[in-house]
Amino acid sequence: MSELHESGPALLAVSGVSKSFGAVHALVDMDLELRAGVVHSLVGENGAGKSTLVKILAGVHVPDTGTLTLAGRPVVLSGPADARAAGIAVIYQEPTLFPDLSVAENIFIGRQPLRSLRRIDAAQMRRRTEDLFGRLGVRLDPDRPARGLSIADQQLVEIAKALSFDARVLVMDEPTAALSGVEVERLFAVVRSLRQAGVAILFISHRFDEVFALSQQITVMRDGRKVSTDPASELDVPTLVRRMVGREVADLFPKQDTESGDAVLQVRGLTRRGVFEQVSFDVRRGEIVALAGLVGAGRSEVVRAIFGVDRYDEGEVLVDGKSLPRGRPAAAMAAGLALVPEDRRQQGLVMELSVERNATLTRRWALARLGLLRRRTERRAAQTWAQRLQVKAGRLSDAVSTLSGGNQQKVVLAKWLSTSPKVLIVDEPTRGIDVATKAEVHRLMSELAGAGVAVLMVSSELPEVLGMADRILVMHEGRLVREIPRHQADEESVMLAATGHAAREAETGAGPWTGEGGGTA
Amino acid sequence: MTRTTEPSTVERGHEPADRRGNEPGELASAGQAGARLVRRRFVVRELGIAIALLALVGVTAARNSDFLSVQSIKDLLLGATILVVLAVGQTIVVITRNIDLSVGSILGLSAFATGKLFLALPDTPVVLAILAGVGLGVLCGIVNGGLIAVARVPALVVTLGTLYVFRGIDFSWAAGQQINAADMPRSFKNLGTQTVLGVPVLALFAVVVLLAAGFYLRSYRSGRDLYAIGSDPQAARLAGIPVGRRVFGVFVASGALAGLAGVLYAARFGTLDANAGTGMELNVVAAVVVGGVAIFGGSGSVYGAALGALLLTTIGSALPVLRIDPFWQQAVVGALILAAIGLDRALTFRMAHRLTEVDARGA
Repeated sequence: MSELHESGPALLAVSGVSKSFGAVHALVDMDLELRAGVVHSLVGENGAGKSTLVKILAGVHVPDTGTLTLAGRPVVLSGPADARAAGIAVIYQEPTLFPDLSVAENIFIGRQPLRSLRRIDAAQMRRRTEDLFGRLGVRLDPDRPARGLSIADQQLVEIAKALSFDARVLVMDEPTAALSGVEVERLFAVVRSLRQAGVAILFISHRFDEVFALSQQITVMRDGRKVSTDPASELDVPTLVRRMVGREVADLFPKQDTESGDAVLQVRGLTRRGVFEQVSFDVRRGEIVALAGLVGAGRSEVVRAIFGVDRYDEGEVLVDGKSLPRGRPAAAMAAGLALVPEDRRQQGLVMELSVERNATLTRRWALARLGLLRRRTERRAAQTWAQRLQVKAGRLSDAVSTLSGGNQQKVVLAKWLSTSPKVLIVDEPTRGIDVATKAEVHRLMSELAGAGVAVLMVSSELPEVLGMADRILVMHEGRLVREIPRHQADEESVMLAATGHAAREAETGAGPWTGEGGGTA
Repeated sequence: MTRTTEPSTVERGHEPADRRGNEPGELASAGQAGARLVRRRFVVRELGIAIALLALVGVTAARNSDFLSVQSIKDLLLGATILVVLAVGQTIVVITRNIDLSVGSILGLSAFATGKLFLALPDTPVVLAILAGVGLGVLCGIVNGGLIAVARVPALVVTLGTLYVFRGIDFSWAAGQQINAADMPRSFKNLGTQTVLGVPVLALFAVVVLLAAGFYLRSYRSGRDLYAIGSDPQAARLAGIPVGRRVFGVFVASGALAGLAGVLYAARFGTLDANAGTGMELNVVAAVVVGGVAIFGGSGSVYGAALGALLLTTIGSALPVLRIDPFWQQAVVGALILAAIGLDRALTFRMAHRLTEVDARGA
């Protein structure tokens, strides 16, 4: 382990911190030093303890042992209010907004600007919200409620919230997971200006290009412990991956070559006014088709319409040549469709239910005897899949909410794979998932395609699209603008189609998809 | 944003990649549309009840013009007073995704205590009697809030329990005794009959409580915290809102208002036994729900709840005038609750839908 290069004392130091939940040691003897004006990245697989560390810095968890030192003085954070008072802002992986409150109130809740008699100064709150959005370069109405905001917009509100209280330490737990290239670039510009203003930043991301583009220091975690801390300039991706998983990941994209058969899923002229228009394509047996494009291009909306979750105005969906009724997910399931949704917490899982219950939700009827569901049957069915997908859970009877993101995603996959689908639709299958699990999910998809399943994948990660898909369909503003076969596809061609930009512009506006991602917004 | 109708091609040129932030004029209007929808939802809710109220009064007055006499309106306001005070307290509770079922029992206890106080000390100043009633309500609220916020027991269960406990205390204290109006000092009974500029004093209490609560909920940080807690309790914790303390405070406030309502009850009716306010809690919840306060917390206003209370009271006095069987009164209230919830669902759905469309068009 090399010495830290950055000068100056640590603004926030974590030393010897441990935290256990029951028998699980989430964090063991963790050390970390954040310096003013330095972006420090934290990488590690899901379950490595990153989120636990974040929650300790946020004051949500109190460490069992160890100390936190802020500007040379020991601090005890016994609640989120303490952390905020200490100048530590946290942007969580999953946005935590109040759907009923306005965007401005969400940003200033508990800290609203006041006028005489300690009344809330709504006009000033609105103005300051507009200023914040101006700094972020976004246009959101401060008065609209947070209900109905896209994940990307919610995340931007969270970032505005963190900006609003001039934090000395900014902790960002995968803030870019749901952002498009342009949005990421905008965020990075903000982060860089904060860094120049002397804020200490802890940045967590599974996207290595972002980690290298943004940070000066990189700490690797594994199994709740620190593996190493090094200047970013002395590291490369293979080294990081090796340290994270403790072994080499031979191939992130284990794509098998497959013979594709007949068209199983046919989409004809699908239109939902104002969202997407005249979308037509086929997915053949044994084929992986990627739906690429920027966030907001209408990809998720198309697959949701295909599965019958959302309505559509015109068009037709055929499975094995038979037309599917509109707006009926049950019919879609019966026809052999499976949808692994984008937002696993909201749409993919029942967070309070156990792993086994979640895994068998799609097969309640098949597993039931005389209409009764026996726990033993459920458990056996769940166990098979938990083993096949290597779900890491304390017990199968634990609530899914206790699992890490990657393991949650495996449970969603198990739930749908157990229905033996003909067509598997996956929406952002590896968002917020660590490298090793990512590779497992990719291998699984490849195997399924090899076994004759038609796979339709929505993904915002270009390496994944390029690495996994036999064909790439690119959407731009609700339209299918281009189809690119595997051998012709490269980053540039997909980016071009997704943005409608000329070649040179695409390079600067591409954000996380290009290797650099370092342009100024 | 304009969408070209010709087939899109990659070479199309200067189509902006950033779909947010290009056409300021249009985006701003899209944003304002969002805000307008929110405001409209508020207006539709409160206005809807107000219109229903006016329609009811209009129809009834057309049948019997006495319904709009000064005395009759005065009676209506008097009748609604207690329900409005309770509904304001209940609204504050419901906004935080809780419920207080013990308010009827607290009212009964406070009303009886007021009577007892005047029996023992006939010279007690009215102000002191009011403070005593409110104080008793606060004590009850502390019991509720303590169990809910500290022991983390759901409010529904706790207040269902204290509904019986408080009523039980009331019964054993009263031991069958009845306090009559004749036992009350004149100064106190005047409270129930006096008017200021033609408005009953009791109703003024309700108006003051209503305005104070409305002002607090809108203009104070802790008031906005209540909406945040009801909207997403988990996020409220992460945002550093002292959820436990706020919920505790909410139940104390609800208890205090129920205590005040008890004193007002004593002043209005004079004749008191241990049954005062029995079953009142459901009327209150009905008024709050009809008034557009979301039962799962996070939205609604005390003004809506007050209108709901006024509407329910008016129905009660209008149906006899319209010669409708009292049995139907309950059915009408039930139908109103369902209609209010249906309207709320529809509005929420439409707003979400419109906001999405606004986004789709503008962003």
